[in-house]
Amino acid sequence: MSHSVFHLRRRSFLTGLVTTAAIPLAAIPARLLAQEAKAGGVLTTPAWPAPTVLNSAISTAGPESFIAPKMFDGLLAYDFGLVPRGQLATAWEMSEDGTRITFTLREGVKWHDGTPFTAHDVAFTFLQVLKVIHGRGKTTFAGLLDVETPDDLTAIFVLEKPNAAMMRALDSRESPILPAHIYEGTDIPNNPANTAPIGTGPFRMAEYEVGSYLVLEKNADYWDAGYPLLDRIVIQFIADAATRAAMLESGQADAVFLNMVPAQDILRLNELPDFEMDSRGFEAMPSAQQMDFNLDNPILADVRVRHAIAHAIDTQWITDNIWYGLGHAGKSPLHVDQVEYYTTEGVPQYPFDMDRANALLDEAGHPRGEGDMRFSLMLDPSPWGTESINAAPYIKEQLRQIGIDVTIRTQDFAVFTTTVWTDRAHDLVLYTVNLGVDPTIGTQRFYWSKAFSPGVAFANGAHYVNPEVDALLEAAQVETDNAKRKEQFAEFQRIVMTDLPVLPVTNIAGANIVNVKVKDSVVDALGALSGFSRLWIDA
Amino acid sequence: MTAQAPATPPPARRRGPRKVPSRAALRYVVRRLSQAVLVMLLVVIGSFILIKMAPGDFVDTLAGTSEMTAEQMAAMRARYGLDQPVPVQLFYYMARLVTLDFGMSPLNNAPVIEVIAKRWPVTAILVVASVSISMVVGTLLGVTAARNQGRPVDLGLSVLMLAFYATPSFIIAMILILVFSVRLNILPIAGFDTIGSGYTGLRYLADVAWHLAMPVTALCTFYIAIYGRIGRAAMLEVLKLDYIRTARGKGLTERRVVLVHALRNALLPLVTMAGLQVSSLVGGAVLIETIFGLNGMGRTAFDAVFQRDTNLLLGVVFVSSLSVVVVNFVIDLLYMLLDPRVEIR
Repeated sequence: MSHSVFHLRRRSFLTGLVTTAAIPLAAIPARLLAQEAKAGGVLTTPAWPAPTVLNSAISTAGPESFIAPKMFDGLLAYDFGLVPRGQLATAWEMSEDGTRITFTLREGVKWHDGTPFTAHDVAFTFLQVLKVIHGRGKTTFAGLLDVETPDDLTAIFVLEKPNAAMMRALDSRESPILPAHIYEGTDIPNNPANTAPIGTGPFRMAEYEVGSYLVLEKNADYWDAGYPLLDRIVIQFIADAATRAAMLESGQADAVFLNMVPAQDILRLNELPDFEMDSRGFEAMPSAQQMDFNLDNPILADVRVRHAIAHAIDTQWITDNIWYGLGHAGKSPLHVDQVEYYTTEGVPQYPFDMDRANALLDEAGHPRGEGDMRFSLMLDPSPWGTESINAAPYIKEQLRQIGIDVTIRTQDFAVFTTTVWTDRAHDLVLYTVNLGVDPTIGTQRFYWSKAFSPGVAFANGAHYVNPEVDALLEAAQVETDNAKRKEQFAEFQRIVMTDLPVLPVTNIAGANIVNVKVKDSVVDALGALSGFSRLWIDA
Repeated sequence: MTAQAPATPPPARRRGPRKVPSRAALRYVVRRLSQAVLVMLLVVIGSFILIKMAPGDFVDTLAGTSEMTAEQMAAMRARYGLDQPVPVQLFYYMARLVTLDFGMSPLNNAPVIEVIAKRWPVTAILVVASVSISMVVGTLLGVTAARNQGRPVDLGLSVLMLAFYATPSFIIAMILILVFSVRLNILPIAGFDTIGSGYTGLRYLADVAWHLAMPVTALCTFYIAIYGRIGRAAMLEVLKLDYIRTARGKGLTERRVVLVHALRNALLPLVTMAGLQVSSLVGGAVLIETIFGLNGMGRTAFDAVFQRDTNLLLGVVFVSSLSVVVVNFVIDLLYMLLDPRVEIR
């Protein structure tokens, strides 16, 4: 359903122009945007689940990623198409060999407690927090040897070897800059500031009732003069998706971001005059539904069996019926939104073909036996969201038709992750996952043999080992020539889709559903994960 | 329950000479207390073992939603003592519990006692409001039906109560939301009060009442039906007894006969029911709390189970079972107040 994904409105068209011209958005007078932005007002939005901390450097879970960027800034932000734009950095320059990156920092930025922001905060954040504690940062910044701070407004990243993915990971959600004067020398994961953040971001925390609600108020001293526009943001943690939808529909909430109401409600509300769906701003967190084959199972270790299963499952059907068309059928280990590297050129596909599937299983030496079945498999659908559980019966029925007896095992989240990734007692596992702003950051973990680590959820659950793929992934980690990197990932996609340790099911198209009076909630690639500094209410 | 009521109701007003020897009373209190401690102990140990039998721990659920390395997971397990054998964990938990230290809730990143202190009042208000409203309304409906036995009023009330009885509370909740929030937009759907309103005093109470109107109504309907049906049956039974004829015979007004002589004796089964209702609600009303975005004990326990937040779950279980024990004790005292022949033993 590309019309919903690339639905251009006047406002987004203009914002698009702005980004292609690479002019910082702040430099554009507000009147040149579609409508004149008004300051003031409150944004009320329900969210779920409730966060554990309010800091996305400490926890990379979804709620933290949504909330923390309102209070923290990153070195960079990204316009649509992941074009970097300065946030706390005003300029950056990479050395010839790609191992030194010099960031010039913004002058006059203050922490919410009034302390000035300096290069020391940057050095502290990357070396002692992101590299050590952050879930993905441990990998992303593994080769970051040092951050030199010759003066208060210069931070020089010294890298062991070039790191292409790192430049995509410097935004306020992925790498928020933390205050060294609050965190240094403390037990960082347990610092009280994790639930009472001091940031440099557009909003500061006003009130926090753990598990119930969070009130953010305008940071009047924000460095970006004239912003944020809102006075307050009220985030209510509401467990029931139907309640979240009812709040929006009744006007008791102004927007629901990041698919936090079910797809059918998003589509239904989008038909009403008061609401509009916005599918932009999900480039930084491309999500997909995929199914791992446990290659430690001798039956599934045979590539013909995996190909047969792929032929028997119509991923377009799942995309249309389980995801209500909000997505694209999976054709590659990458997500269509990873636009720079995604390709289907020369990448094998497994079109829906039951005869071919049956023939492949016959060929693999699995004749139909008792009850017309060839063998049986266990399918573990993830209980996260409803879509994997809903797609499981379809898969069971399809595989029954080619003689595979599938048992669906639905368990709660803790049991699910333990069964699959700790005990490895699974055959097929169907789940949704974030493929990362860069393939090295989010996608590599499913295919890299070194990512296999029982006990760590969502890490190479297939137990796929292919030295050729390892070599490509490792080369792409350090490749600075983007043309070469593209070719490395293209080759990676071809090999992985041939071996098929993981069946891509759906590239999920994220969506926000907002009341039409809410304007400019999505202004860049970070979408609802950005700071909302330009969001305004047309009251 | 140790208090027992004899099968036939006594004359309403006569109070026999009641002697409660202080030693018996003391023995009674001691026995109830030791029972309570035993119950709480069993409940806590049972819950601990049950949640530990479920595969996975808090770190697994956390790591499943945010990427963590094996070392980070191990470090976190060590921090919360999850790397110890279960009996050792239980021992440490019990040792801390003696000092009323409920530990930290990793899910909320806050001490369990603080979380519960915020959430218990929500449940308490829901319980008190829904029990008192459903008891008063239900009893009135029951008495009215009994007084009009066999007439259209009785029939109408019976149908209404049957509908209340048969409709699950979450369906009622959703109908209420559709009508009063989505269509009419006069009642708030979610939350306990208006966030950041700064209301105080009566204005704040009104705000809370406004927010709780729908959840309390949804919790009430089923129990209104129960009280109505029990009340009607009890009234019909009592109204046939000789002492009622005597009361009427000595020329008391019908109103006095029904409300004072009959109702008081018909109340006993209603009080028993109230005890059960309170007991089932203090643990929280998960569905209603979920639908109306209320953070009560039920929702807290539900999340704690699914996130394997053992400390939080045990804290909720502890406080809820303590509440049940206290409520049962109060109900027993109420029996004595209502029926002089009920004695403590």
